[in-house]
Amino acid sequence: MTGHVFHPGHQELHGVTVVVETRGSRTYVGRFHSQDEEGVHLHDVGVHETSAEGTSKQEFLRRCDRFGIRAELRDLLVPTSEVTSISRLVDAVR
Amino acid sequence: MPYPPALVAPMREEMISMGARELATVAEVDAALGDQKGTMLVFVNSVCGCAAGNARPALRFALQHGVRPQQVVTVFAGQDVDATARARQYFADYQPSSPSIALLRDGEVVHFVHRHQIEGRPPQDVAADLAAAFDRHFAVTV
Repeated sequence: MTGHVFHPGHQELHGVTVVVETRGSRTYVGRFHSQDEEGVHLHDVGVHETSAEGTSKQEFLRRCDRFGIRAELRDLLVPTSEVTSISRLVDAVR
Repeated sequence: MPYPPALVAPMREEMISMGARELATVAEVDAALGDQKGTMLVFVNSVCGCAAGNARPALRFALQHGVRPQQVVTVFAGQDVDATARARQYFADYQPSSPSIALLRDGEVVHFVHRHQIEGRPPQDVAADLAAAFDRHFAVTV
């Protein structure tokens, strides 16, 4: 059953945990489902809000990498107009 | 909703064939993980081909390493739901993901591999990281 895939034909990042950065103060970490004209569709999403008092974004990403993603949203669509970058979590914390 | 048993049977069998003991009930999980002694690897199996399709072969490679856990057990996320939920209580500091791998020594989680650390990586690379973790946490020091 090695390499058995139930959902062939999806985009390259399908199923991969990604960091979606936005024009606003929010950064999302979640499992990439797809990207279309509407935006980026994610599952099991953790959210970081940049603020003066809170944890830095890099610390948030480091915690996600070490302890996993605390999913605050089961499904999320990040509108195309908001997205500034998409990267794999493993690359973002390198 | 769980997949049909016949569909996931080969994925269960793949784990059993490499020496893993399947824990399908809460009682089986508690018997294995409660008051756990020695070294143990817990594999949270998954249907997802994006990551589990690499994780199982990675485990097979890693378990051929000279240093390895004394016991290998597995629960199946999305299939044996109660057993998986109970197993996750034993590594509650870590957010649930599947597939994932916990290394335990005397009941303490000493290393954890999340799904995102498996996705898209060749099994040999994941296995190499696991073997290094075996050396780091399971090697006997004299």
